[in-house]
Amino acid sequence: METTWFCFVAVMIAMYVVLDGFDLGAGIVHLFIGRTDAERRIVLGSIGPVWDGNEVWLLAAGGTLYFAFPALYASSFSGFYLPLMIVLWLLILRGAAIEFRNHIQSLVWQPLWDAVFAASSALLAIFFGAALGNVVRGVPLDVSGEFFLPLWTDFTAGKETGILDWYTVLIAIAALLTLTLHGALWVALKTEAELERRARRVAQSVWWLLAAWVVLITVASFRIQPHLQQSFRARPWGYAFPLCALAGLIGIRILTIKRNGLAAFLCSCLFILGMLTSAAFGLYPDVLPSNRDQALSLTVHNAAAAPYGLGIGLLWFIPGMLLTVGYFTYTYRNFSGKVKTQGENH
Amino acid sequence: MDALTVHRLHFAFTATFHYLFPQLTMGLALLILILKTMALRTGNPHYNRAARFWTKIFAINFAMGVVTGIPMEFQFGTNWSRFSKAAGGVIGQTLAMEGVFSFFLESSFLGVLLYGEKRLGPRAHWWAAFLVFAGSWLSGFFIIATDAWMQHPVGYHLGVNGEILLTSLSGLLLNPWLFWQYLHNMIGAVVTGSFVMASVGAFYLLTKRNEDYGRTFVRLGVIAGTISTLLMAFPTGDGQGKNIAFHQPPTLAAMEGLFQTEQGAPLALVGQPDIEKHRLDNPIILPEALSFLTYQRWGAEVKGLDAFSPDRWPDNIPLLYYSYHIMVGLGTMLIGVMVLAWLGLWRGILYRSTARLWLLLLMLPFPYIANTAGWITAEVGRQPWLIYGVMRTPAGVSSQVSTGNALFTLIGFMGIYTILAILFLFLVYREIDGGPERVLESRATTV
Repeated sequence: METTWFCFVAVMIAMYVVLDGFDLGAGIVHLFIGRTDAERRIVLGSIGPVWDGNEVWLLAAGGTLYFAFPALYASSFSGFYLPLMIVLWLLILRGAAIEFRNHIQSLVWQPLWDAVFAASSALLAIFFGAALGNVVRGVPLDVSGEFFLPLWTDFTAGKETGILDWYTVLIAIAALLTLTLHGALWVALKTEAELERRARRVAQSVWWLLAAWVVLITVASFRIQPHLQQSFRARPWGYAFPLCALAGLIGIRILTIKRNGLAAFLCSCLFILGMLTSAAFGLYPDVLPSNRDQALSLTVHNAAAAPYGLGIGLLWFIPGMLLTVGYFTYTYRNFSGKVKTQGENH
Repeated sequence: MDALTVHRLHFAFTATFHYLFPQLTMGLALLILILKTMALRTGNPHYNRAARFWTKIFAINFAMGVVTGIPMEFQFGTNWSRFSKAAGGVIGQTLAMEGVFSFFLESSFLGVLLYGEKRLGPRAHWWAAFLVFAGSWLSGFFIIATDAWMQHPVGYHLGVNGEILLTSLSGLLLNPWLFWQYLHNMIGAVVTGSFVMASVGAFYLLTKRNEDYGRTFVRLGVIAGTISTLLMAFPTGDGQGKNIAFHQPPTLAAMEGLFQTEQGAPLALVGQPDIEKHRLDNPIILPEALSFLTYQRWGAEVKGLDAFSPDRWPDNIPLLYYSYHIMVGLGTMLIGVMVLAWLGLWRGILYRSTARLWLLLLMLPFPYIANTAGWITAEVGRQPWLIYGVMRTPAGVSSQVSTGNALFTLIGFMGIYTILAILFLFLVYREIDGGPERVLESRATTV
């Protein structure tokens, strides 16, 4: 039962990263891809009707995590207090930037909000990456399952580490690169002519960096968290997850060159899903490892809610999510095709 | 200041600010649905344009509600981690249900409502309005179910380590406390929506712009406002009062400023609770009215604060007393204003009556204040418990988040919410200033 919910929560979080990831990525790249105000409007138009709904996945994933693993929610949210608060402020600023940008025509107003939009999108990618890095590396949990981390200490990833150390910074950059590529592929898919060309060029150059970075973080992750290796040794079928990520990564390259925008974007989704599920598989049954003492780690068993709640939860969660998939298919189908001229989709 | 105070202020501030937006969107969702229904019935495009105008206002408020709502969910973990660890298995159910059943519904179909009118045709577009309404009212249901459980916990038992284990999901969703609290709250949202709509209508009529829309907004606002303000008092306010009387008697005593147990207890209209001397200073009372309202018998005994040990008293009696009296006082005033406006509407003089239109215009802030005061009454009244009778408030706070960190983020939220509020007012003013016709033009030129 706990394992089922572990899978659900992992999928919810992965869905959030895939969906909100492309609009974060579009935010990161829109300053480079869109040079004029009109072009930036088109880039924004490509995420306009969907970004809010994508962000709802964060709330829903958070709610599901809270319900299924309350001890994990309590421990990690209070332990990562400062970075989470900064994430909240960034989400607020980013939402404001998207909503407010187009309400005044001025040579100062739009560039101001464009800068806020780009900076908050990039910083969110970095923070989410750092958060994932922290979960993989482990945190100094005490006997009551609590911890508190400063933002940084000496960057050594030792026992007295902070949120940011060399390893989590590596993962943060990986997240930034991944979402930059993901966003560029989305923009390429939703635009045409010059914009599409520029987006594809960004995607192609970022791809090389990302490919190199993936090798780097794979080596680093296995070094910093020995548990990963044990998991893959014990259950070799789990290699399917990193293989998916690899297939996605290679697919992106080939399909971008072949100019198949939709397939390249879907490969990027596959890559992200593959990377996140690899991390989840590698950590299982831990959900938040302790970097001090393995016995203090939070696992799917000691962090889960009571069996009655988890059991009855399935009864509403599964139909609820089926409905949600229905809505999303409907909205995205309504919004398929290229954003041609301004005004068409708004 | 100690950490507990800062954490409480942190939640109180962010929750109060957040609820300024959902109370309008939940109310407006119903009014927009009524406008769409009138458009479908009459085939008159006037009502469709009116609905489109309010959908734009709705969308701005919805976006504000989302960005200020995410911090609410986060704070359960960041600032109240021991509460979350103990009770997450129970209230996590309703919070996760809100995400799965209402947020996805609401946000998906708001997009359809905003951008899909041409593609969908009138009937399907009406359904989009209906689903947005259903999503927002379901969302309200799950949040009130969460709060109702904290006010009156049911369907659980205590585990060996003090963790709270859910034993009945249906108990949680059919909590006896929930029924009146939900209706009282949702109708409160309709009150806010009605006053905002009537106020904007009055603004158009007074400035002699968009007068045909002004008349529609005033008419719908006043009719919905008259019905909803009356329903606020009876039966929902009365029902919620009985919830408190039966399940939180010390809270009722503190709200009413009743320090001594009395048979035939009076209802204090005004007065100042004097905590040191345990009495109400300078009261104006209605004799025996509190007994009658609570038990339907003039001579019934109502327990005063003296009947309970002080460690069960709400920890801020003046705040509780005053916010309750502000809520009731403003509620009464809002009924008066709406009935007056309705009489004008009935006699056919409202649209020309400058005085009544000014009155409607100036009422804009008061439903917000009344709703906020109502929530302060509910939440301060729950004290000193975080979960009534089960967990005290100090036991739920995150132990390892220091006062300094919490104060830093509280001030940070104050700053960022100030900026948000300025931008929000500016955007809403632009929509109202532009009027329902401008919405049409701007849709063709902006992305």
